[in-house]
Amino acid sequence: MQNPFRKWLPIPLLPTWLILGAFFLAPLAIMFIISFARRGPHGGIESVEHLRDLPQNYRDSADVLYLHIFWLSLWMAVLTTVLCLLISYPMAYYIALVAKPSRKNLLLALVAVPFWTSFLIRTYAWVLILRTEGLLNTALLHLHLIREPLQMLPSHFAIMLGLVYGELPFMILPLYASLEKLDRTLLEASNDLGAGGWGTFWRVTIPLTMPGILAGIVLVFIPSIGQYVVTDVLGNGKIMLIGNVIEAQFMGARNAPFGASLAFELTAGVLALLMVYAFYVKRGMKAGDG
Amino acid sequence: MMMNSTHLRHHILAVHTWMVYLFLYVPILVLVVFSFNRSKSISSWEGFSFRWYVALWNDEVMQECVRNSLVAGAIATGIATFIGTMAALAMSRGEFRGKSASSALLYLPIIIPEIVTGAALLTFFSVAHWHLSLLTVVIAHVAFSISYVTIVVRARLAGFDPSLEEAAMDLGAGKVATFFRVKLPLMMPGVLAGALLVFTLSIDDYVITSFVAGPQSTTLPLLIASKLHVKSDLPVVNAAATVLLGVTIVLILVSQSLLSEKKGTVE
Repeated sequence: MQNPFRKWLPIPLLPTWLILGAFFLAPLAIMFIISFARRGPHGGIESVEHLRDLPQNYRDSADVLYLHIFWLSLWMAVLTTVLCLLISYPMAYYIALVAKPSRKNLLLALVAVPFWTSFLIRTYAWVLILRTEGLLNTALLHLHLIREPLQMLPSHFAIMLGLVYGELPFMILPLYASLEKLDRTLLEASNDLGAGGWGTFWRVTIPLTMPGILAGIVLVFIPSIGQYVVTDVLGNGKIMLIGNVIEAQFMGARNAPFGASLAFELTAGVLALLMVYAFYVKRGMKAGDG
Repeated sequence: MMMNSTHLRHHILAVHTWMVYLFLYVPILVLVVFSFNRSKSISSWEGFSFRWYVALWNDEVMQECVRNSLVAGAIATGIATFIGTMAALAMSRGEFRGKSASSALLYLPIIIPEIVTGAALLTFFSVAHWHLSLLTVVIAHVAFSISYVTIVVRARLAGFDPSLEEAAMDLGAGKVATFFRVKLPLMMPGVLAGALLVFTLSIDDYVITSFVAGPQSTTLPLLIASKLHVKSDLPVVNAAATVLLGVTIVLILVSQSLLSEKKGTVE
């Protein structure tokens, strides 16, 4: 039935190619083309007249304003990722290696419940706490720690908090998965050979759980850099990250061509970072093997 | 000495872990508590009441949005699970031309930020003069969730012992019988987990849906987002969030018990 010399794409993969081709690749391609057009008089899209005007949207996006927003978004995403890693690793370690085995499932389910709950609602819950008349201010005032309510909404602090809160489960779960697979006899061996607690941790535990760390970093970083929901809810529209700017171009300003060019710069940036990341990971793995 | 320091370390780890749980649950708890508040206030407690649940129950717009979410979620889950499972089976079956391209294609929806996917789909639908409706929502949800199904099912197939399939064939089961009586039951937990993931992603999606939903196809997250800007609507949002949370916990408990039952019969 099948020609053994030339196995082509199996038929079960065709629906995937059809759907993703029509509703993922084609839209991206069309958006790429449109990023070289310009906004029409009524918010429509029209083509530019001169060849030299083709990259106009990309030229416009090189403005200091947008460069600053790109930089801020990158910085917030990196900080979110680092904080999530620092908070999650000890917790995942505790659940996987220290807690009683009979309690593991419960502890994991407690991580999963927020993970399965609406992201939007979880973010909004912080509004109740951080508002000027919110619970945190009320508590601090009662404890006489502050004289007047702190203005926490909108602030970069609130957005950071919301991001870490929302992305935390995406870091804890892959870390847990790799710590759980860890062969404990290796840890004991390292201890017996005199490596000590910290030596074992840095030279055995961390390297062996690298796959989980690397997966967690990607899972947290990508949603963080393009997000606009947390900024919307906890920034009251006063703090803009790149996701907010792109959304505003498509929904509010009706300048889809410019929004398209920003979206492609974001995508190119993310892909470039991932490639650099993958390159260093591969090199690190090889160095680790040798 | 050694024993003591290990003990201390474990103690610190335990305290840290419970602090993180506190961090994860305090906001959710606040939400639940204030959903039972008698007054409209979302910052001071003025007595227990079910009035926001009654308001929620009588909210026809909310009901329509819940219906939209469930319909879109169910259809998208069915289609994406079927297509994604087929893709996972094909990808786990040796080498073929176009395998690495297919693999890249399947990773792309996960790597590309959601906002870019949403904006691209909106551009595509408006250029193609498609009316934004529940159909465009379903299409968008299928497109972004096939990859997740494939990843979950492939992970399940990776732990699959091929000798079982060979044994079934040797014992005279045909290709079709082997698939339906050996392979499918073994990969079923992966398929179910994939379907559950798609359903929750679809029900919860705000970013992509906000680009591709029309005025008649508002889903629950979109409605909640619009209510967040209206102060008098916030107590009803609290009640809706609490109901969602309850449904989520029940779903998790059911899926856990289903999975452990499955385990029991296999072993």
